Amino acid sequence: MTSRTPINRPPQPIYLDYQATTPCDPRVVDAMMPWFTKDFGNPHSAEHKLGWDAAEAVDRARDLVAGEIGAKGRDIVFTSGATESNNLAIKGVCRHRRTAEGRDRIITVASEHACVLESAARLEREGFEVTRLGVGPDGLIDLAALEAALDERVALVSVMAVNNEIGVIQPLAEVGRLAHGVGAWFHTDAAQAFGKIDLDVERDGIDLMSISGHKIYGPKGVGALYLSRRKPKVQVEPLMDGGGQERGLRSGTLPTPLCVGLGKAAEIAGREREAEAARLKGLRDSLLERLEGEIDGLFLNGSRQARIAGNLNVTIPGLESQELMAALDGLAISSGSACSSGAPGASHVLQALGLEAGKVAASLRLGLGRFTTDEEVGSAADQLVGAIKRLRDRRGAA
Amino acid sequence: MQPNPIYLDYNATAPCRPGAAQAVADALSLGGNASSVHRAGRAARACLEAARRDVAALAGARAADVLFTSGATEADNLALRRTGADHLLVSAVEHDAVLQARDDRTLIPVDAAGLVDLAALERLLGESDGKTLVSIMAVNNETGVIQPIAEAAQIIKRAGARLHIDAAQAAGRIDLEALWDCADMMSLSAHKMGGPPGVGALLIRAGLPFMAESLGGGQEQRRRAGTENLAGIAGFGAAARELCAGWRDEAARIDALRVRLEAGALERAPTLQVAGAQAPRVANTSCLALPGFSSEKQVMALDLAGIAVSAGSACSSGKVTRSPVLHAMGWSDDLSGAAIRVSLGWASGQADVDAFLLAYEKLAAKAKAA
Repeated sequence: MTSRTPINRPPQPIYLDYQATTPCDPRVVDAMMPWFTKDFGNPHSAEHKLGWDAAEAVDRARDLVAGEIGAKGRDIVFTSGATESNNLAIKGVCRHRRTAEGRDRIITVASEHACVLESAARLEREGFEVTRLGVGPDGLIDLAALEAALDERVALVSVMAVNNEIGVIQPLAEVGRLAHGVGAWFHTDAAQAFGKIDLDVERDGIDLMSISGHKIYGPKGVGALYLSRRKPKVQVEPLMDGGGQERGLRSGTLPTPLCVGLGKAAEIAGREREAEAARLKGLRDSLLERLEGEIDGLFLNGSRQARIAGNLNVTIPGLESQELMAALDGLAISSGSACSSGAPGASHVLQALGLEAGKVAASLRLGLGRFTTDEEVGSAADQLVGAIKRLRDRRGAA
Repeated sequence: MQPNPIYLDYNATAPCRPGAAQAVADALSLGGNASSVHRAGRAARACLEAARRDVAALAGARAADVLFTSGATEADNLALRRTGADHLLVSAVEHDAVLQARDDRTLIPVDAAGLVDLAALERLLGESDGKTLVSIMAVNNETGVIQPIAEAAQIIKRAGARLHIDAAQAAGRIDLEALWDCADMMSLSAHKMGGPPGVGALLIRAGLPFMAESLGGGQEQRRRAGTENLAGIAGFGAAARELCAGWRDEAARIDALRVRLEAGALERAPTLQVAGAQAPRVANTSCLALPGFSSEKQVMALDLAGIAVSAGSACSSGKVTRSPVLHAMGWSDDLSGAAIRVSLGWASGQADVDAFLLAYEKLAAKAKAA
């Protein structure tokens, strides 16, 4: 177990895809490993020390996750990842509230992650009315439109905290306030926000929050769902039944090492988030400045201000995404979300911003993170500028 | 911290095998997302698909049949809920992940040995019309009893129904290939066979209807959205690879330990009853009832002696209810309330068994005095 490199960073190509996934922080790996081998008990074994130790470790991890968002450990349910959290939150709340209260509407946003949109689409087939709010050219929702769409039939408002493609930060506290005005519950997909920006479930009026491990330098295969336990006491219909773990909300043996890893990742993020964001913002801004200065017509997608530090999403008119990606084999970047990588068609997020689908333009998502260095950003800028100029020259010559 | 106890609770969970832990550590150092098209993504994808082949090989399945999940509970839930079955028959001794998956299931009784009543199965199949799914566990988690899957499968096939096997406790203990040969779907758990927790699989035959539960991403052939648990899957694959080569030897070694354990226990407590003793059982599991001595007290006394066993399945442990498995076998509440489960595994040795017997001797003496 000593074979890993001191920093879990693939040396080549330069990794600028931190919104797809982040390398597991070595400190997280160190915290996890004993729970696979030495302290391997089943946290649901109530009869012996190994089980109790594991249960305690899981609850400590719960506290660490909760601490990052101003919640209590008992408000946290562990899941297999943010996709499961989003599915559980959206389908679970809406099905429960329709049965219990007759609320049969859900409001979400056109630029949400596919797992939110597809969960909403499933509900639509079950007879729910789904409202998909548009976003402005800056990627932000229009609060007046949200207010106009709200009524007493709305079970849930689901608005992501930070967009996975364009990094924009939605006005959560305002969404929470408006949702609560009609008794709707507010769910936010915080997979890209947790550990990156300041979140407070009380201040922001968040009733449910989806959290991912592998987006914050924790392991893949674990996530969490925050559920408010009072005002309102959120109830969900579970997606899985069995041993009744997680208060019956999510059956299945909890993976202690993965929970510990998520807890450790949350703890580190809580401590280092601000300094890290300041450093990444400096790198990110210098990269953008260089690209805007040297590439004619290049523009930034999404708000410049309401944006996490580690994200850029730019469009370069006149080039195809595929040819540009192919010319950038020294960079690990993407043209959209990883989940739809390889899938043809323009990003639904960029379309929601009003970018024309048919127009020839290459869009790139550049994600910076904890292990990104000044040198890497400098080299990436050189490669980007060089490749774009070469491709444009070739087109011009043709 | 106190030293860790002697661990005889492998049916609750097993420690990660060294090879599996190494595979986990190695995969954690891979940066990428298996859905990304760049080099880091492709490295993650290669690791994922190699593990898929290893898990498939353990069951003699095709790699494409393997749907990775967060564990056997999810696999069981998917198999029972999402494959278009109108009717569901499940044995009375199933794990809660099967029993609780659907309220509309019909129970197939078991006999006193814990074996599924095949005549009742045939009768129930005759009474149900439409698409019927039968779910039977290969190996019981509390007693280790091996179900007559091949015979049941013939009956099920004749009736035109489908068979799902919960093989969470069977992997690495009996021949998985023989099981998969007669099944339409089969659930596996990594952490029960010395892989990491948080990962499992549903093996599913090509062409079966399947409606995804987890939506929003193209992973697992669009059958389960969500970024894959790469390290967990890599560890699962490593454990499967190790067992593929060596499960028979390991089972034989553990069988010898169990023979010693049960003979020794019976010698010290002649009133002892072994659940499912009349039935074929896997080598590692002993469900021992010591009449007149409650499960809770036995487990506590053994814990004080530094030995970790359980009073039932881990998921339901802590609850005061009597074991539904032993109840289904016709055991009285008194007797099932005096049962403990002792389960051995890959790291168990003779010293563990001897330490257990030493502690059990004291229990038996107390039981006699009471």
